[in-house]
Amino acid sequence: MIPAAFDYVRASSVEEAIAALAEHGDEAKVLAGGHSLLPLMRLRLAYPSVVVDIGRIDALRGVREDAEMLAIGAMTTHAAVVADPLVREHCGVLSAATGQVGDRQVRNRGTIGGALAHGDAAGDLPAVVAALEAELVVQGPGGRRTVAARDFFVDYLETALAADEVLVEIRVPKLDHGWGYDYQKFNRVAQAWAIVGSCAVVRRENGRIAEARVGLTNMGSVPVRATATESALAGAAVDPDALRSAAEQAAEGTEPPSDLNAQPDYRRHLARVLTRRALERAAGG
Amino acid sequence: MSKIDPEAVAEQAAETGQLSEGDEGTDRNVGAPRPRKEDAKLITGQTNWTDNIQLPGMLHMAIVRSPMAHARITRVDVSAAKQQPGVVAAYSGADLADEYTGLPCAWPVTADMVSPTHLPIATDKVRYVGDAVAVVVARDRYAAADALESVDVEYEPLPAVVDMEQALRDEVLVHDDAGTNRCFTWPFSGGDVEQAFAEADVVVKRRFLQQRLIPTAIEPRAVVVAPIAAADEYTLYSATQIPHILRLLVAGVTGIPEHKLRVVAPDVGGGFGSKLNVYAEEAIALVVARRLGRPLKWTESRSEGYQATIHGRDQIQDLELAATGDGRLLGFKVDLKADMGAYLQLVTPGVPILGAFMFPAIYKMDAYSFSCTGVFTTKTPTDAYRGAGRPEATFAIERMMDELAAELGMDPIELRRRNWITHEEFPYETVAGLTYDSGNYEAATDKAESAFGYAELRAEQKQRRESGDPVQLGIGISTYTEMCGLAPSRVLGSLSYGAGGWETASIRMLPSGKVEVVTGTSPHGQGHVTSWSQIAADVLGVPFDDVDVRHGDTAVAHSGLDSYGSRSLVVGGIAVHKAAERVIEKAKRIAAHMLEADEGDVEFADGRFSVRGSPDVSKTIQDVALAVFAAHDMPDGVEPNLDSECTFDPENFSFPHGTHLCAVEVDTETGHVGIRSYVAVDDVGRVVNPMIVEGQVHGGLAQGIAQALFEEAVYDPDGNLVTGSLVDYYVPGAPDLPEFTTDRTETPATSNPLGVKGVGEAGTIASTPAVVNAVVDALRHLGVDDVRMPCSPERVWRAIHRGGGGNGDGRAASAAQVTTSQSVVGGRQ
Repeated sequence: MIPAAFDYVRASSVEEAIAALAEHGDEAKVLAGGHSLLPLMRLRLAYPSVVVDIGRIDALRGVREDAEMLAIGAMTTHAAVVADPLVREHCGVLSAATGQVGDRQVRNRGTIGGALAHGDAAGDLPAVVAALEAELVVQGPGGRRTVAARDFFVDYLETALAADEVLVEIRVPKLDHGWGYDYQKFNRVAQAWAIVGSCAVVRRENGRIAEARVGLTNMGSVPVRATATESALAGAAVDPDALRSAAEQAAEGTEPPSDLNAQPDYRRHLARVLTRRALERAAGG
Repeated sequence: MSKIDPEAVAEQAAETGQLSEGDEGTDRNVGAPRPRKEDAKLITGQTNWTDNIQLPGMLHMAIVRSPMAHARITRVDVSAAKQQPGVVAAYSGADLADEYTGLPCAWPVTADMVSPTHLPIATDKVRYVGDAVAVVVARDRYAAADALESVDVEYEPLPAVVDMEQALRDEVLVHDDAGTNRCFTWPFSGGDVEQAFAEADVVVKRRFLQQRLIPTAIEPRAVVVAPIAAADEYTLYSATQIPHILRLLVAGVTGIPEHKLRVVAPDVGGGFGSKLNVYAEEAIALVVARRLGRPLKWTESRSEGYQATIHGRDQIQDLELAATGDGRLLGFKVDLKADMGAYLQLVTPGVPILGAFMFPAIYKMDAYSFSCTGVFTTKTPTDAYRGAGRPEATFAIERMMDELAAELGMDPIELRRRNWITHEEFPYETVAGLTYDSGNYEAATDKAESAFGYAELRAEQKQRRESGDPVQLGIGISTYTEMCGLAPSRVLGSLSYGAGGWETASIRMLPSGKVEVVTGTSPHGQGHVTSWSQIAADVLGVPFDDVDVRHGDTAVAHSGLDSYGSRSLVVGGIAVHKAAERVIEKAKRIAAHMLEADEGDVEFADGRFSVRGSPDVSKTIQDVALAVFAAHDMPDGVEPNLDSECTFDPENFSFPHGTHLCAVEVDTETGHVGIRSYVAVDDVGRVVNPMIVEGQVHGGLAQGIAQALFEEAVYDPDGNLVTGSLVDYYVPGAPDLPEFTTDRTETPATSNPLGVKGVGEAGTIASTPAVVNAVVDALRHLGVDDVRMPCSPERVWRAIHRGGGGNGDGRAASAAQVTTSQSVVGGRQ
């Protein structure tokens, strides 16, 4: 398939990218790796007249420590996130989940920022940053602002980013003391999107669960948190029955999509099973 | 072995005595795992794909395709498209209607078959999403793609008909003139079926669905036409399996005289039957190039190909199997509905008929009846896809054998053992009228059972069932045989096929002693250059590297019937062998003359002619080739050349067979099926190149497993292809497939001098039922007796939770029509 004609702007700085976006408004799309945007353009489902490539902006790449957080440049590729020692040490769940994004080619080109700004609830990373309660730093003509993950995803393929804003950094907490994690991805073939995914991060304290957060992939138009499960686990004992009964509530309040892979009832069932499995591993119980 | 490792294959070959020390020279190439001559250019990107061809002044063609499954075309206006930048021409179907006739179907299976006109570009109605309605030609492919949107087509929508049983009610007609959507009904029987069923203690009755599949060759289709306007001559380059058949038929379609049309299949990247056709784009490209007098190219995109290149399978199978209480088969009734799609392509109606002979498989039974009704629907046409009728047949009988075994409480291998033809009984005439020349089902099954660890796995299965393990173990078996080596021409004639089944080869001995083999087969991944080199080198006594093979160009190989249906080695390879023997036969006369000996006293071995009893005085084949070139001293009446030709028409099909065993782990909580182990023991007769055989088996297994677990072309009720790209159509990759354990038995075919049988489709045929049998076996104690293919996690999960005869269907609401009207009747009698 051949995309419609478009102009290409390679931004050498965030400011340049924002200026280009401000100039072209809704006609412009940001190219941040291209593994979602280019297929849409090739199918002529997206027709941007200008593509603003931010993939060569060095300042947007890399991982650094910032007190109790890790700050990840939006143009860090999935492969770089997977291999990054800081991510591995302090936020293993992001490393593990990113290693399941797409296939090797996608991970070599695709970026964390691109995957999040695309706003696809079937992607793996939105649910993971939701569970991590990550902060997304966006920059526009007026400077930077920070958006909480729960506020970032607005609807299917729609985020809190304004047309002239660029996602520049993803800030995730270090899960250093007492945290366990797991991401369960369930799909048809290895490189396919998750039918359902469940990301659990659990903090244990004195043999009990102090805090549990569960993000679900592809269970709605945005990544959702299994809040009933999370509440049920707060202060609960680490035992299989407690995890199981909490996981039974994982699909509460969700409105999962229906497609060739799954009708909603099956998705809800998978959410419960995968959440139980993710919790069992995350809680180490 | 789990991977294709030349050294490991060589080691195995050496162990089994196929290759011993010193074989690196000129002798005994057949049986050796020679690395493929084709691969160096493939893996270094020096391949001549059709889309790589660039000609001076070449234009690019793009096709406007119908977005509707069924509609009357009320207006096609290409004038705006012609004004677009870079556009050279644009044509509607009406604009080109005088340039060609309809596309051919070469297999009128019955005298009253409905064979509707199939114009390359629709003029009256569109009949499937993807049907061509106009063509745009531009200076580059980007301009052509952009201009497609400027073609204005008005449609008057008509209801789609995507379901065969609905189509047979003739409420919506795909072809108005035909008055019916029934294309044909083809009955066939052997023995007294009613009596067999009357005598039966047990009758198992099932409906199975062979879902529609999309072949997905790695190279998309592409066409380049180079016209020489002044001479009215044309070269058609096409990513095709059948340059010779294409030349003959597309010449007829376009009115270009056959001798003015050269067809070239350059390097072709896979076909699986999808390039065994005469396609609209080939005809359109020729007539547009003729009009414009300029070369042009068309290359399909993947999603375009998913609509416009043939699909495979798509059958409803209603089956009844009758047996005695101790498991002896009595009779088998097969009633098929086969989805033709919107039009008949080259062999569309013949595909289920090829299967008709294979439903009795390797078993003895008293009676068999078959009936197939071909049905038109508003979907992409179907045609041959790897195995073509035979995978469907094998699936039916092998699933039924497992169901019968369950009904009788008998081990499924034991049930097969009680019914199969034993090795002493060959040649054996089956109830379907075929004569199987050879086979040893016992040996293949014994080998598979022991490599698989059948008894241990059964023990583990029992333990998991008893402990209520959420992950259940299932064991699936499939035996198979297939008819390969298409085909004895007289048999094809008796089946009303439009051509023969012979194949040609010629040998050109060059003055330097090097050899060119010209073959009528047209490889597209099979490695004929390597295998034919091995065959020729052994007969001629020349080094393997001194042989090259020319193919796929009607100017080089003027005669041939191309590659499909596991025919190439069994027919074309034998032609090479015989042509090479003819070279030696003639060379012997010349060598005798050179050695001043009587021809009867001359022996040929290891590339040398010598006089019996005087091995020291000899002439090599290369000496003879050079002497013939000089032609200074030829024997009287002998023409100075060492070239030869052979056209080989087989007497019978060949019948590869094998036994496959599959163990799956089914996660009953999620419905996920994981293949734990897979053993394939195939008997493809004598093996020319074990590494190529191994590759064919691996690829075939992947494709067959794909049907069992992953792939399905889904249409919604409006006739839209929902699985329109690789995003939704799940072609499995290496991470989704298990390690395969493969082994062989070698029972030579008796129908050809090399004893070869063919291997192109074996893996695909056996693996689908092996996997589905394993899935059902894992869940049978939960009341499941079928899971509809592909056994997706949702279907498996629903089958478990419905219990009983659940077909495990879990279609999305958008495909609900398909779900309800094709739901499985799983009842037992």
